[in-house]
Amino acid sequence: MKHFSWALVAAASVLLAACGGGSDTGGGNESNEDDGERITINKDPFPSTYTPMDSSTVLIRGATVLDGEGGILENGAVLIQNGDIAAVGTEITLPDDDTLIEIDASGKWVTPGIIDNHSHLGVYPSPSVSAHGDGNEISGPVTAEVWSEHGIWPQDPGFTRALAGGITSMQILPGSANLFGGRGVTLKNVPGRTVQSMKFPDAPYTLKMACGENPKRVYGYGGGRFPGGAPYSRMGNVAGYRTAWAEATEYKRKLDAYLEDGGDPPARNLELETLVGVLEGDILVHMHCYRADEMAQILDMAEDFGYSVASFHHAVESYKIADLLAEAGACSAMWADWWGFKMEAYDGVRENIPMVHAAGACAIVHSDSDIGIQRLNQEAAKALSDGRRVGIEISKADAWQWLSLNPAKSLGIDETTGSLVEGKDADVVIWSGDPFSSYSQAEQVFIDGALVYDRNDPARQPVTDFELGQPGEGDAK
Amino acid sequence: MRLSTLTSLIAGALAFTGAATAQTVAITNAKAWTGTAQGTVDNATVIIVDGEIAEVRTSENGLPPEAEIIDAEGGWVTPGIISPFSRTGLVEVSAEDSTNDTSAGGSDYSIALKAADGFNPMATTVPVTRLEGVTRIVVAPRSGGDIFAGRGFVADTSTSQDSIIDDDAFVFVRLGEGGAGSAGGSRPAAWARLRAALSDARTFPARFLAHNEGDALTRVDAQAFGPAARGQQLILVEAHRASDLKRIIEFSLEAPQLNISIVGGDEAWMVAEDLADARIPVIVDPFQNLPASFEQLAATAENAKRLIEAGVITSFAHLGDDSHQARLVLQSAGNAVANGVTHDDALAAITVVPALIFGLEGVGTIEPGAVADVVVWDGDPLEVMSAPSHVFIAGQPQSMESRQTRLRDRYLGLESGDVPFAFKRSE
Repeated sequence: MKHFSWALVAAASVLLAACGGGSDTGGGNESNEDDGERITINKDPFPSTYTPMDSSTVLIRGATVLDGEGGILENGAVLIQNGDIAAVGTEITLPDDDTLIEIDASGKWVTPGIIDNHSHLGVYPSPSVSAHGDGNEISGPVTAEVWSEHGIWPQDPGFTRALAGGITSMQILPGSANLFGGRGVTLKNVPGRTVQSMKFPDAPYTLKMACGENPKRVYGYGGGRFPGGAPYSRMGNVAGYRTAWAEATEYKRKLDAYLEDGGDPPARNLELETLVGVLEGDILVHMHCYRADEMAQILDMAEDFGYSVASFHHAVESYKIADLLAEAGACSAMWADWWGFKMEAYDGVRENIPMVHAAGACAIVHSDSDIGIQRLNQEAAKALSDGRRVGIEISKADAWQWLSLNPAKSLGIDETTGSLVEGKDADVVIWSGDPFSSYSQAEQVFIDGALVYDRNDPARQPVTDFELGQPGEGDAK
Repeated sequence: MRLSTLTSLIAGALAFTGAATAQTVAITNAKAWTGTAQGTVDNATVIIVDGEIAEVRTSENGLPPEAEIIDAEGGWVTPGIISPFSRTGLVEVSAEDSTNDTSAGGSDYSIALKAADGFNPMATTVPVTRLEGVTRIVVAPRSGGDIFAGRGFVADTSTSQDSIIDDDAFVFVRLGEGGAGSAGGSRPAAWARLRAALSDARTFPARFLAHNEGDALTRVDAQAFGPAARGQQLILVEAHRASDLKRIIEFSLEAPQLNISIVGGDEAWMVAEDLADARIPVIVDPFQNLPASFEQLAATAENAKRLIEAGVITSFAHLGDDSHQARLVLQSAGNAVANGVTHDDALAAITVVPALIFGLEGVGTIEPGAVADVVVWDGDPLEVMSAPSHVFIAGQPQSMESRQTRLRDRYLGLESGDVPFAFKRSE
């Protein structure tokens, strides 16, 4: 990935620190003194205020531990201290700590928390009433200027159900109506009054793009118009992406020139700022794309404009080009078995995930569903067993990477979470049994070492404002 | 056109050949879940003769000499799974209207719409569903803008052109929020329409001698509603909110001749005792635990458990993608077990119970004389990592191929693509 330094980064002030060397004429300012001062753009205007809940020093012992990087320990132990993983092993030296809580997890399994890199919780919340459809700014095919976090309702009960399914982090994406749907955001799955208090600290922003049927349906012949606007075809889709990338390239050139030479700064353009963020490697591209042939063309387009695709989403046909995806280093975020609901999903096979894995490409299990997100471990289990039946031998320990480390990589947060490695965030799930079973459930979920969910303790089960005082409040979910 | 005619002729011929061959099969070394008082039989041998279960025994001695032997290797054997609510076979690609016969918003008719008229037994969804052990599907029309969606049917998943078992099995009605929306905007409007329609049907044809139209129904719809209105056909009602379910219970007590079952029922646990007393069966989706709407606020993963413990006749369906993913009914049942339902009750909820609700005689159990819908599993059928190794429908061994397995096989081992993949059609 090409990485141009934007050099505007650091400043926290909003903008318009007056520019000393400004010139009304724009363009050449060689006659003016350049004092080096530049307007800076705040790249983090809605900063994370997340602080972990209180945690203790916790030793989980006696469990089958999947470390999330392909390792499995029988009778293993995980030590959590100061919110981080302090040690993982079969013999752990206990810290001298009076407050140490020991959890006997004999017969249970311990894994890294599941990370769903495709969720619309909060932007398409429950109940799905008309007032709640905040996930898609379908007013135009290019809306790179909108940010999913501005549509998130923190009181979506779906967050709590996902938590009970062992989800510790997730990416909330805009929908897929648009060619450029806007920015996605990565959250820690903690209850919060504000979106900012859920934002994963220092996670890079992401950009949602979409291939195929959705954009051309929504714009080309949406709302009964015939013809509607562009794009009307897959040709129009690609022309739309390329036009926007060309504009972003031009905008970046102006920004770079301004940084280099001073003069009038280019007018702010929220749409192009997002795209420039991609070109500079700060923002990761997550692209809804089902068909193999379309993914292959997108890879060429990305190379042409100098960015890379972090992950294709849904990627129902990744199994047909898994070798190309491995070569390009693009992840595929997939369902275990969804198919057929539209033409571009018609060629779905149950072995997609293991076939992608077997080709050496990055495989991710994603949900795109407030129901599916509650049992992504079972989705991995289905894919694993279907792969094994056709001779793709993958261990459960390796398969867990589909659920934590690989999605963490696709979101740029794998340095801090996604596996049970000393020093990483203690995002940990204790399962009642083998999580590749229909019958196992997440019993305890730790986020940054704090016990955020306990199936056996109603006091440790968050209840959203929406459900408070309603039938079903605090019931088994 | 000619090609498709030829294809169906071939399929018909194959089906005919299959049916004409008397087959004896002995499945040995099985853990047979029978769905009867016999319970689960270890070390069982299940003998199938001429499409029916002949015997379940614990000895392998004296097997019929002509029997084809299938060693289950200690694995589970169950009755064929029944999906009690689906749109399988009515639609090929959901978003493509030309391939989708689930609903007809532009039709002049409602109850007269017979979903069976749109069934394609060779739709790709059918073998995909069968491969997961589902041998019978209950198929409902989708509402096109009326509380009455039409009439549903029951089929097997053999892909035979003769696979419809009951082509006129039930009338499907939506109440609750969906019904309110299609009846003019309120629940009272939906109920008014239902009561008026019943009156039209009960007075058919007399009242139509003087008028061409009933209060609610056309002549054709009123005639179609007749059997259900007289209690001779099941009325399957979709509703969720406890108060809606309570109204349905009261309605059924006022009109005890009606044969009513409920599908959905996310808040059914709140009126479980009443449902049990009224003997109204409920088909629930065990995944549903979110307040997806204001009529599902009390949805809980323990709905199924509480209904069964209260004595309600309870079946499970996957109501998510009900055309392409009806196969997930097994995962639903496994999750119901995780949330407190016994393994026996969960298996019954997708075999014995739907057979009871839809009056499918001889289906849903493994016992002498039963239709030999039998599935051999490589593990516990309710475990997500298990799958069928053999599927029999009425004694006939079924193909374990689908379009999906063909696509998979084409692309397994990408490195072998020294010729274009389009030339790769078999191993």
